[in-house]
Parts: sequence; structure tokens; C-alpha cells
Amino acid sequence: MEITILIFLFGGLFLGWSLGANDAANVFGTAVGTRMVSFTSAAIICSVFVILGAIISGAGTTETLGKLGAINALPGAFAACVAAGISVYLMTKVGLPVSTTQAIVGAIVGWNLYTGSSTNLQVLITILGTWILCPIIAGVIAMGLFTFTKRVILNRKLHILRLDAYTRTALLLAGAFGAYSLGANNIANVMGVFVPISPFTDVTIGNLFVFSSKEQLFLLGGLAIAVGVFTYSKRVMFTVGNDLLKMTPVAAFIVVISHSIVLFLFASQGISAFLQSINLPSIPLVPVSSSQAVVGGVIGIGLLKGGKEVQWSIAGRISLGWMTLPIIAALISLIVLFILENIFNLTVSF
Amino acid sequence: MFGLKSASLFGDTKKLEREIDEFVDIVSEVGLVFKSIVPTYLNHSANGKFEEMVEKVKEMESKADKITKDVEHTLYEETLIPDARSDVLRLLEHIDELIGMYQGNCYHFSIQKPNFPKEFHQDLIELTETVVNCVESLCLTVRSFFRDIKSVRDNAHKVTFYEKESDIKFSALARRIFDSELPLDQKMHLRYFVEKIDRICDQAEDIADEVQIYAIKRSV
Repeated sequence: MEITILIFLFGGLFLGWSLGANDAANVFGTAVGTRMVSFTSAAIICSVFVILGAIISGAGTTETLGKLGAINALPGAFAACVAAGISVYLMTKVGLPVSTTQAIVGAIVGWNLYTGSSTNLQVLITILGTWILCPIIAGVIAMGLFTFTKRVILNRKLHILRLDAYTRTALLLAGAFGAYSLGANNIANVMGVFVPISPFTDVTIGNLFVFSSKEQLFLLGGLAIAVGVFTYSKRVMFTVGNDLLKMTPVAAFIVVISHSIVLFLFASQGISAFLQSINLPSIPLVPVSSSQAVVGGVIGIGLLKGGKEVQWSIAGRISLGWMTLPIIAALISLIVLFILENIFNLTVSF
Repeated sequence: MFGLKSASLFGDTKKLEREIDEFVDIVSEVGLVFKSIVPTYLNHSANGKFEEMVEKVKEMESKADKITKDVEHTLYEETLIPDARSDVLRLLEHIDELIGMYQGNCYHFSIQKPNFPKEFHQDLIELTETVVNCVESLCLTVRSFFRDIKSVRDNAHKVTFYEKESDIKFSALARRIFDSELPLDQKMHLRYFVEKIDRICDQAEDIADEVQIYAIKRSV
């Protein structure tokens, strides 16, 4: 493999690192923030399951992202990833929980604009629509689950210590499920743009198992996410876990599981196919924002408690961040593409 | 790795549950012993038995101290119930102080040997019974804090009821002591004992109020 290809892939790995630092923090943020799960346990579980989710179930959302704009040159893909990574990093610096999903969509649209390629408006509208739906669905799921769980806990008369042990276990399981769903849903953000131009070739292991070039890319992306989790997510986890709403450990579990369900719904090819088979509208396989899912879940629980405890000013700032992030990513994408093409004489599209 | 940790988590949890239950049992038992100690003391014919009971209270107090320390260590070492840990430890410490108050009363009876005339015996026994009932209700409040948060308020209300009743009984007995023909030094001495017994109820009520606040904080 040429060294230039590795350099270009580095853009995706940088974005993977951002995803690990931000989005992965959403999965275990409430658990670590409430000190129910140690950061090390959270980081290990998160890394393992993100990689598994990416390799096993990451294909569905990648396809959708490919339809938004098929970046056909490695320097172009590099530019999109770097633009998305930088914009996420900037937002993180100002303390806003954003997702790579919003950033990569903005960056791809930026590439489309720069290269004069058409943006598939229907796909774009579907993606934007899910961004509105995602926090709402997460909020509704959180409200329902919270009401149910609260009733069960009060009726079962569990000892405070037993409840603590169950909640810890539930947080670990929900976190593992969340990390798997995150890997499945969001690996497209990190490696999706490289799939059509993958530098890897399929590897057959012992005539039994084919490790496809796409899976190799996803493994690499998953590893980058894991590095992000270990190196930078701790601070973000505490922000997610404590700032928006002071949460009890049980509420923390509800937020994680609601977030995970939403991400899983929007990544599962199986569920989508099943709904289609019984003539129901299928769920679009779209990379949704884990930040939106978490914030939706937290606000859902806050509303259930009367809404007074929710820091609405912070919620407002977060929403503003969600709206500006794709625009910032698109602008940075334009700038990076311009630099690559005019200063480094690289072909950013064919 | 996580499986082992999880097994130890549930093991520690069961052990702690047992210890906390045992701790509350001790509070209840000390109360029952104290309820018998006062009539035993007043009946001078059974001095050997009285000292035996004081010794029993001392043993139970030491056991309660040990449990408090064990629970404290486990809660911190295993980082259990992070959101309620400080509340639980403060609660156990305050209940431990309550056991200490029972023990203090026993020692004072044993060392100072107050001379209660027969006419006050029944009132003193009744005051003691009310105090023990108050602490019994506190035990229920504490148990409900750990297992059945919905019942905390009802049980705490009973503590308040007995505390008021104890105040009434204390005032009546103190008034009768000072209205009597006893010398002033003896009146003061007896009042000291009556007041010390009544203070157990005040402490129980403070703890019950505390538990109610913790219960609100603990709401799911």
C-alpha cells in the first residue's frame, strides 16, 4: 500500500478518534458521570463493542451515506474526514456534545458543492428528518422505560444495595449494547467515504472466512474509535453525565438504553427488512447522532420529573451547536478541498 | 474479568445487606434490654442481673461499632451506592450515637446509682417504654429507607408521635420531682436522669427527619 494512501486514510482515523472522544462518551457518560462504572471498565467495554458493531453490522448506514455523495477520490475523502474531524474538535472545545454524524454529512455536502456533484436531496432530507426524529424517539422511549422501571423498583421493594448492584450490571450491559449500536450506526461516518475507494483487498482466512476490504476498513476505524475513547473521552463523559441534568443511576441506565435502542433501530438491516416484509414503512438506515439520542433521553426524563431540573439554557446551546455543526463542517470541507487541489495539486474528484 | 467483578459485587452486596440488617437489629435489641434495665435497676433486689444487662448493652454497642466500620470500608472500597453512600454512612453513625446514648444511660445508672423514690417508678418506666417505642419506630423507618422507600414517611410520623409523647411524660415527671419534698440536690440528680432518657427520643426524631430527606434524594 502506498504511503499516500495511508496518509489519506489518516483523515478517517482522525475522525474515528473524534467519534471515540465524543460519541462514545455518550454511551457511558451517564454511567461514568454518576460514578457507577469506572472509566477503565467503560473504556474497555466500549472499545470492544464499538469494533464488533462496526464489523458485524456497519454496512447498512454506510450505504445511505454513500448515496448522499459518492466521494470517488482518496484526497476528497481525506478532505471530508479532516473537515468533519476539525469541526467536531472545535465544538468539543466549546463544550458542546456534537456527533460526527452531523459533521460528516456537512463535509460530504461541502465536497458535492466544491466538485459540482449533485447532492441527493431525498437522502439529505431523510437524514435531516431522522436528526429531528432521533431525539424525540429517544425521549419518548426514555419516558416510557423510566415510568415502567420506577414502578417495578417501588413494587419489588429492592434493598438499596441490591438495586445498586442491578443498576451497575444493567449499565454495563446497556453500555455494551450502546457501544455495539454506535459502532454499527456510526462507522459509516468514519470509514464510509473510503469504502468505494478502499485500498485493501479481501483476505480469505483458512478457506473458511473472508475478511472483506470493507470489514478491514471498519476494523481500522473501530480501532481509531477505541483510541479516542481511551485518550480523550473521560472529560466528555463527566460533562454528559452531570451537566444537563443531575441524574440518579437508574435514570442514567434509562438514558443509555434509550440511546442504544434508537441507534440500533436506525442501523439494523434485520429490523428494516422485517418491517418491510409485513408491509410497514421500513426504518431508514441512517447514521444518527448519538449525542442527539442521549440529550433526547435526558430531556425526556427531565420532562417526566416536571421539567424544572433540566438546564434549558444548556439544552438550547446544544441545539444551536447541532444546527451550526454541519454548516461549519461544509465550510471547512470547502477550504481543505481548495488547499488540496490548488496547493498540493491533488485530484479531489473524478 | 467483568464476570468475577460482578460476582464479587453481588457477594459484597449480600454481605452488606446482612450487616445493615444486623445493625438495625442491634438498635432494636438494645432498646428492649434498656426497657428491662430500668425496672430491674429500680427493683434493688436484682443488682447482679442489672450489671449483667449493662454488660450486654456494652457488648452490643461494640458489635454495632464494628459493623459501622465494616460497612464504611466496604462502601468506599467497592464504590457502592455512590449517590447515597455519604447519606447511608452518616445515618449509620447517627444511629450508632443513639446506641451510645442507651449505653451512656446504663453506665450512669450503674455508677451514680440515682435514688428514685417509689412514687416515681411507674412514671419512669412509662417514659422508658415510650422512648423505646420511639426508637423501634425509627428502626422501621430506617429499614423502610433501605427497602421500601414509600413507607418512610409513615414510619417517621410514628417517631414524631412518640417523641411528643415522651416530651409530655418527661415534663410531667420533672414537674412531679420538683414539686416533691426531696432535697434540691436529689431533685437535680433525678431530673438529670429523666432528661437523659428523654434525649434519646430527640435524637431518634432528628434521625427520622434526616432519613426523610435522604429518601427524597433517593427517589428513582
